[in-house]
Amino acid sequence: MALDIKGMRGVRLSDEVQSASNGSRRSIARVLSSIENGTLSLSQALESLSPIVGEVDGWSIMAITGAPGVGKSVLVDALMSRWAHQGHNTALLAVDPSSPRSGGALLGDRVRMTSVDDEAIKERVYVRSIATRATSGSVPLIVEDMAKFLVAIGWNRVLIETVGAGQSELRCAAVADRIVVVEGPARGDGIQAEKAGLLELADAILVNKCDLEGAEKHASELKESFGLGAGEAPPIMLTSGLTGEGIESAASLLHDLPSSQRAKRARMRERLLAQHERRLTSHPLYNRVMEDLAKGTLDIEKALMTLKGENHERSG
Amino acid sequence: MAQPLRIVVAKPGLDGHDRGAKVVARTLRDAGHEVIYTGLRRTAKQIVETVRDEDARFLGLSSLSGAHGHLFPRVCEELMSEGLDDVIVFGGGIIPHEDREALFEAGIKAIFGPGTPTSEILEFIDQASKMDDAGVGQGNEWHWTSKA
Repeated sequence: MALDIKGMRGVRLSDEVQSASNGSRRSIARVLSSIENGTLSLSQALESLSPIVGEVDGWSIMAITGAPGVGKSVLVDALMSRWAHQGHNTALLAVDPSSPRSGGALLGDRVRMTSVDDEAIKERVYVRSIATRATSGSVPLIVEDMAKFLVAIGWNRVLIETVGAGQSELRCAAVADRIVVVEGPARGDGIQAEKAGLLELADAILVNKCDLEGAEKHASELKESFGLGAGEAPPIMLTSGLTGEGIESAASLLHDLPSSQRAKRARMRERLLAQHERRLTSHPLYNRVMEDLAKGTLDIEKALMTLKGENHERSG
Repeated sequence: MAQPLRIVVAKPGLDGHDRGAKVVARTLRDAGHEVIYTGLRRTAKQIVETVRDEDARFLGLSSLSGAHGHLFPRVCEELMSEGLDDVIVFGGGIIPHEDREALFEAGIKAIFGPGTPTSEILEFIDQASKMDDAGVGQGNEWHWTSKA
C-alpha cells in the first residue's frame, strides 16, 4: 500500500529509500515527508536498508532548546558549519509551531542559515523545516523517527532545534540523546535559575549573546545554582552568535558531550508520556472518540478505556 | 485538508522589497499550508536546493526589480536539471502583462500582479494542487489567468 510517494510519479518507496541512502537529497526529502505524513514507518524504511557499519560513538541526536529569541538558529548554524568542515554529515530538523487556528505554519529558520550555502560544506549539511502540526509540546514525536532515519543513512550528527520553549517544556528529552539548553543574558534574577524544569535535564547550557551585558552574571548564577544541588553540574559556556566568541570551544565540547547522569528518571518520564500520547493519537478509533467527546456523548474515562494505549502503529 | 501543502516562498535576485512575499506567505499559512520562507537575495541555485531539501510541492517567486524575465526562467531551468519537474511554480510582483507569456512558456503556472486579491492565489493553489501534471517540467500548457 505504502508504495507511491504523493501517489504521483509511481516511485516505489523502497526505491526512494535506497536512493536516499545513496545520497540523493531529493529522495532523502521525500522519505522524510513520508515518515512525517505517516505513509511510511521507520521500521519499513529501515527494512530495505543494509545495516550500518561503523556506528559513531557518543550521541547521534541532539536537541537544542531554549526560550524564543535566545539565538538558537544562529548557534545551530555555527555548530553545523564547524562540524561539517571537520567532515561530519550534519543534519538539522528545525521545528516551528503550527497555527492552532488554521493548521498552517510559517517556517523561517532557514533565513538565518548560512552553512547550507557554503560551497565547501553544503554537501554535508542538510536542513529540513518541520511544523509541530497536531502534537503538543515543542517537538512532535515523529521527529525522532525522521532523525533516526537520517542517522541510519549516514547523517551521524542530527540536531533538532525545538520551538522556542518555556521552563516546563521537557518533551525534547523524549526524542534526543543529548539536550543543550540555550539561555540569554538577563533572564531574570538568581531565583529564576533555582526554579525546577528544563535546566535540570540539560547536558550542557550555552549562555548566548555574551556580547551583551548580563550574560556573565547569568552564567555564574546558573553555576551557583547547580552547585547547591547534588550531582555534577552540566558544563555552562558563554557564546555569542554575533561575534563568534566561544563558538569554537562550544562546538568541540558539544561534539563529544557525554550524557549527564542527572535526571534520568525525568527523561524516562518524558519518553513514557510522549509514547503514550502517540499511541492514543494513532489509535484507529482516535478521531471517532474525539468527535464523541466533542459532542458530549462520551466521557473522558470511557474515552481512555476505548483507546487503552495499545500499540496500533503499523509494524514492519 | 488531509496533509498541509509545503510551499517555498522565495526572493530571487537583488531586490530588497519583501512585503509582497510576506503577505503571500501569511495568506498561505492562514489557509493551512506550511510555508518555508527563504529570506532576501537568493540565487536560483539556492532557491532550488531549498525546494529540493524541503520537499516542497509549490514554489512562489517574488520580484519587484524588473529582472523577472531573467531570474524566473533560470529558477525553472535549475528545477528541471535537479529533476524537480513536478514542482509547481508561480510568481508575483511588478511584472508587466507583455512579459508574462514568456514566463508561462518557461513553465510558470501563474503570475500575480499588484492588487491581486489573496483569495485568488488560494484558488490557484487549490486548483493546481488537484492536477497531477502542473509541474514546471511536466509539459502541461495550462496556466492560470490573473486579472491583476
